[in-house]
Amino acid sequence: MLLKNTSLKWIGIIIAVLVMLLLMCASVIFGYTDTSWRTAIDAFTHYNGSNEHIIIQTVRLPRALIASAVGASLAIAGVLMQTLTKNPLASPGIFGINAGAGFAVVTAVTLFSVNNLQAFNGLAFLGAAVAAVSVYGIGSFGREGLTPMKLTLAGAAIGAMFSSFTQGLLVVDEAALEQVLFWLAGSVQGRKLETLVSVLPFIGLGWIGAVLIAGKMNILSMGEDVAKGLGLNTGLVKIAIGIIVILLAGGSVAVAGPIGFVGIVVPHITRSIIGIDHRWVIPLSGVLGAILLLAADIAARYILMPSEVPVGVMTAIIGTPFFIYIARRGFNGR
Amino acid sequence: MSKYKNFRLFKGKLSFLIDRKAAFIFTILLLVTFMVFVLSTGIGDMKINPLTVVKVLFGGGPEMEKLIITSFRLPRIIVALMVGMSLAVAGGILQGMIRNPLASPDVLGITGGASVAVVGFLAFFSDSNNALTVSIAWLPLAAFLGAGIVAFLVYFLAWKNGVSPIRLVLIGIGISTLMQALTTLMMIMGPIYQASQANIWITGTVYGSNWKNVATLVPWTVIFLIIAIVAARTINIQELGDEVATGLGGKVQKQRFLLLMISTALIGSSVAFAGGIGFVGLMAPHMARRLVGSSFGALLPTSALLGGILVMVADLIGRTMFSPLEVPAGVFTAGIGAPYFIYLLFKTRNA
Repeated sequence: MLLKNTSLKWIGIIIAVLVMLLLMCASVIFGYTDTSWRTAIDAFTHYNGSNEHIIIQTVRLPRALIASAVGASLAIAGVLMQTLTKNPLASPGIFGINAGAGFAVVTAVTLFSVNNLQAFNGLAFLGAAVAAVSVYGIGSFGREGLTPMKLTLAGAAIGAMFSSFTQGLLVVDEAALEQVLFWLAGSVQGRKLETLVSVLPFIGLGWIGAVLIAGKMNILSMGEDVAKGLGLNTGLVKIAIGIIVILLAGGSVAVAGPIGFVGIVVPHITRSIIGIDHRWVIPLSGVLGAILLLAADIAARYILMPSEVPVGVMTAIIGTPFFIYIARRGFNGR
Repeated sequence: MSKYKNFRLFKGKLSFLIDRKAAFIFTILLLVTFMVFVLSTGIGDMKINPLTVVKVLFGGGPEMEKLIITSFRLPRIIVALMVGMSLAVAGGILQGMIRNPLASPDVLGITGGASVAVVGFLAFFSDSNNALTVSIAWLPLAAFLGAGIVAFLVYFLAWKNGVSPIRLVLIGIGISTLMQALTTLMMIMGPIYQASQANIWITGTVYGSNWKNVATLVPWTVIFLIIAIVAARTINIQELGDEVATGLGGKVQKQRFLLLMISTALIGSSVAFAGGIGFVGLMAPHMARRLVGSSFGALLPTSALLGGILVMVADLIGRTMFSPLEVPAGVFTAGIGAPYFIYLLFKTRNA
């Protein structure tokens, strides 16, 4: 744990937020069409319809906002999943979210010839929710209800099944592969601001829910029996966590497609900085998730200029060395 | 009747207990494996009677059928069986060693390392017309080297006064994601023809296996499977946790290294010849655990058979269902495995 007392923790969070804001500005300014701080400010105060101004307003700004919202949501969803399954390897993907969303989109393209991005978003959310609910249902078979082990196993199986169906459909229908490949790679590029606005209520609800449930998660992480003994309605808390994960990760996948890694790595990085108290971990991991995705998105523009690298590739390249360093140093003496 | 039957050989110098129920299930699975093997050899563009297949296997049968079976179908099916067994056993070992139900060959980055090697091989040894400048027969070697190097890298990075399971797996995840990222990057930068070739390999297929592959793969797999089953008792001890294992007299670090080597050898050879077939390494051990319990002496053989059956059936579906189109076997392993696993999960819900 890097930040040992409350005032240090506050300072840490404030610094993280400042870095995030700085990266958001950088994300608006840097790219193939290089602009300056001046032009960026003018684009909002003295809009004159020039090329730069149009790019900033319709391309760069939505992109920066989407990257931060998606990064934050995935990281928070990752924290919730790791606590719920008591497994450090868990990520929102374990709930079958990405696999379900991918399956829904690919089915729509191959079997019903749906072909517009707006429809993809709704379908992805639906697919993610259906997969997550079925994982939750199967994980709750039996007398004891939902146990971390059953949830994990059910999630791994359902996720694998959906992605296998997706691959099967794509192998049979090669034309569809080209249409959905850009979506399946996961990207925050080329999305309209309306896309974000349409899922913002869900994601926002998820953020608020996650912050409110943080205290209860501290109790849950002591183990089922202790939590019950302390008077926690564990069944209800688990359902609430499940719903929040669906809102956050489902919303993210709807906007940006399946982006991995953030949900696994950021929670670990956060815990090594600020300890294991969820009331601190959840807000900070949100900010750090946003930072990682923003930085990755900016880097993705420069690696293969003028074409772009999928942002998922860059999150891995930027995040891995850091992650390995932290894993070697040890997580809170674990 | 007691639950176990004991065997003593060489005047008690070698003795072991056999779980009756596990032995029964193992026998049934052995029969199923044989049935699937024979049926799958018989089904294809030209249907061959299972009895004829058995005749050919023992050296008889009509010429035409003999040709088709021995030169086209058999190598492929044997490779499928070997690959399935290797992946399942390697997955079982990793899950026991790391003490995490989500551990699998992919998680430690070993499969990812092989993918990078394959994509790199296709990129570096191609001339401007996308023709390979060296023989494609070197591809398995490249994949194997990639897998081996990454396994050592992960072990090396995780080493700090010994290797703890959690550090091993977290670093494995990091490296594996990095490998995926590199693979994607190279696929994007290279020509589309290479990307699609690499994609088929990554999904995992046993298409185009020949007797040479079989001759390399079978001895290797059999040797390491036997070592794995002999080493199974050390995994039982490892599962109790480092402190207890040390207290029981296990050389934890040494055994851990040995187990990692065995699983790398098994994974490396199977990705070399069949690519990144998923699901088997993750789920076959869980299926076996639901069937015979979690003692590794029974678990490893059972999951080996389950893995073999899964890949053989997946390949059977892949080459017949969309004929004349060949669908990689890796597409179907989860499609047929997951429903069965969910059924098992439901059946043992109160266990």
